[in-house]
Amino acid sequence: MDQSRTLEIWVGVFIALGLAALVVLAMQVSNLASYTREESVYHLTARFDNIGGLKVRSPVSVGGVRVGRVDGIDFDMNTFEAVVSLAIASRYNKFPADTSAQIFTAGLLGEQYVALEPGGDTEVLKDGGEIHLTQSALVLEQIIGQFLYNKADGSK
Amino acid sequence: MKPDYSDDVLVRIRGLRFARGERWIFDGVDLDIRRGRVTAIMGPSGTGKTTLLRLIGGQLKPHQGSIQVDGLDVPKLGRKALYELRKRMGLLFQSGALMTDMSVFDNVAFPLREHTRLNESMIRDLVMLKLHAVGLRGARDLMPAELSGGMLRRVALARTIALDPMMIMYDEPFAGQDPISMGALVQLIHLLNEALGLTSIIVSHDVAETASIADDIYLISDGKVVGHGTPEELNNSRSPWVDQFMHGLPDGPVPFHYPARPYFADLMEGV
Amino acid sequence: MIERLQQLGRSGLLFFERLGRGVLFLLQVLAGAWELVPRLALLIRQIYAIGVLSLLIILISGLFVGMVLGLQGYNTLVDFGAEESLGVMVALSLVRELGPVVSALLFAGRAGSALTAEIGIMKATEQLSSMEMMAVDPVRRVIVPRFFAGLLSMPLLAAIFSAVGVYGGYFVAVGLLGVDDGSFWSQMQAKVDIYDDIRNGIIKSFVFGFVVTWIALFEGYDALPTSEGVSRATTRTVVHSAFAVLGLDFVLTALMFGDI
Repeated sequence: MDQSRTLEIWVGVFIALGLAALVVLAMQVSNLASYTREESVYHLTARFDNIGGLKVRSPVSVGGVRVGRVDGIDFDMNTFEAVVSLAIASRYNKFPADTSAQIFTAGLLGEQYVALEPGGDTEVLKDGGEIHLTQSALVLEQIIGQFLYNKADGSK
Repeated sequence: MKPDYSDDVLVRIRGLRFARGERWIFDGVDLDIRRGRVTAIMGPSGTGKTTLLRLIGGQLKPHQGSIQVDGLDVPKLGRKALYELRKRMGLLFQSGALMTDMSVFDNVAFPLREHTRLNESMIRDLVMLKLHAVGLRGARDLMPAELSGGMLRRVALARTIALDPMMIMYDEPFAGQDPISMGALVQLIHLLNEALGLTSIIVSHDVAETASIADDIYLISDGKVVGHGTPEELNNSRSPWVDQFMHGLPDGPVPFHYPARPYFADLMEGV
Repeated sequence: MIERLQQLGRSGLLFFERLGRGVLFLLQVLAGAWELVPRLALLIRQIYAIGVLSLLIILISGLFVGMVLGLQGYNTLVDFGAEESLGVMVALSLVRELGPVVSALLFAGRAGSALTAEIGIMKATEQLSSMEMMAVDPVRRVIVPRFFAGLLSMPLLAAIFSAVGVYGGYFVAVGLLGVDDGSFWSQMQAKVDIYDDIRNGIIKSFVFGFVVTWIALFEGYDALPTSEGVSRATTRTVVHSAFAVLGLDFVLTALMFGDI
């Protein structure tokens, strides 16, 4: 039954190729590498007036280095503020209590992210803590409106 | 010593009624197929003779009437019981219906491999036996595409007897065969019936060949049995139906002209 | 006018009748799945006929689609000075959409139509009927192995398509158009998510494999046993598969990616 042996070999090759393709896609093409390095996280919250285009899973970085991501966006009906939950990698657990959070845009058309700037307090933010110093996202229309207003004012 | 079952009825059909669409293919048919005998079912084309074989095999269900095979009521059988019964029946299709992607050997071995747990060497011996019985042992490695029509049927026949069934149904076995293949088939059917103690049902409209080996003939036309008896009895029958069929007369109870308006009316239409 | 309505009604009823038959057929096939376990040789044979023999067309198509994506993507992105994102664009287009969808359409055309023709001809030459009379269930022996072979082969083929496409895009982008090697891969690796993108793409190709193989096998099994009947069934397989794949793609995309 020589024919069936050749058949089986080809089927084996096919399945191996398919699995190899899946592995290539997982390792080379996707962010699996960074995922597997994802260890435990702790949560902080921050309140903003305007989060702009910030989404769940948007990155959180300090000085350009990614330290975590946004894992929840909620709205407080009492204070009319956006409440953003940040998941920070556990090894970065020494943020001073007066750390500030700002929403920036990566590049010109890029997505928005949360940038943390550490303060100088000796007390450290713990799991469940809140970042009090926040700056909302820049909304283009407001900037233009302000610019025109200033211009109009200045020419008086 | 072959047991004498000649009084025993293997297939008993009573009051069979079956319709396809608006047409009654069978309208009250009674048949007895005796064990150990060759029974022929003949009639003009289109009378549903193949349908009868499918009814006996349980592929179709009758609208009315009973079909009993070896004491079992076929239409009422559950799936498992029906499949068990089918292992004991063989059906030789008109075209042979071999699997085109398997060799002759594998085709004949198919029922053995599916239904028995015999090892390959036993299967090989059995296949050789069956192929030898039909005279095609030397063709065992050929593919169906390389066989002639007659050889295809003989291989199919070998496959049909692979599990040593108690009965074989032949669907138009002589249709379109050259005289030599025809002669070989006729002899095979007769021999197998004798040697294996089989019951054979032949559905055909080849009067000469069938009459030469049949013990019993049923003539069916218009959904009813119009004649029954041994070949001699039917040959000498006075019934116009039987007479027209047995002697191949072009006109009679089965008319030559398809129903139409008067000839004159059709000719005058162009005027 | 009334006649047109009557005809419409009849076609509608016919559609539902076929759909019902198709679903019953599918249930029969799924019920026979456990009988496949002792008959793995049949499954392997079918994986060869369906999967291995489709490899060539998938490889070539994947390569060219990837290369075209690289070219076209570059032309568009370069206007925004964003050609460094070409890698992301090529990878996401392939993994999320083109990989599963195009390979499913090619699969329907090559393997699907072959399956329909094969089963249809087996029906026309009474091979299925003779199997039944030999007490072998033709659905379990003939249809079930082919169904699972198709179901297994489709995701593998889609993955191969996407992987080859990415490298095709790489060849055009980095090799021919001068995009930076590092940014091509690093941006891609940052943005292509293993769960949202790759897993969803695989789920899509499983669904497509299920549906396309089902359609191909049913059309063959249900075909009229004449040469014309088989040829019509083969055409129907390709057309219905295309509708099903594209329609399901929309639904799945909306479900999976709609929230982003």
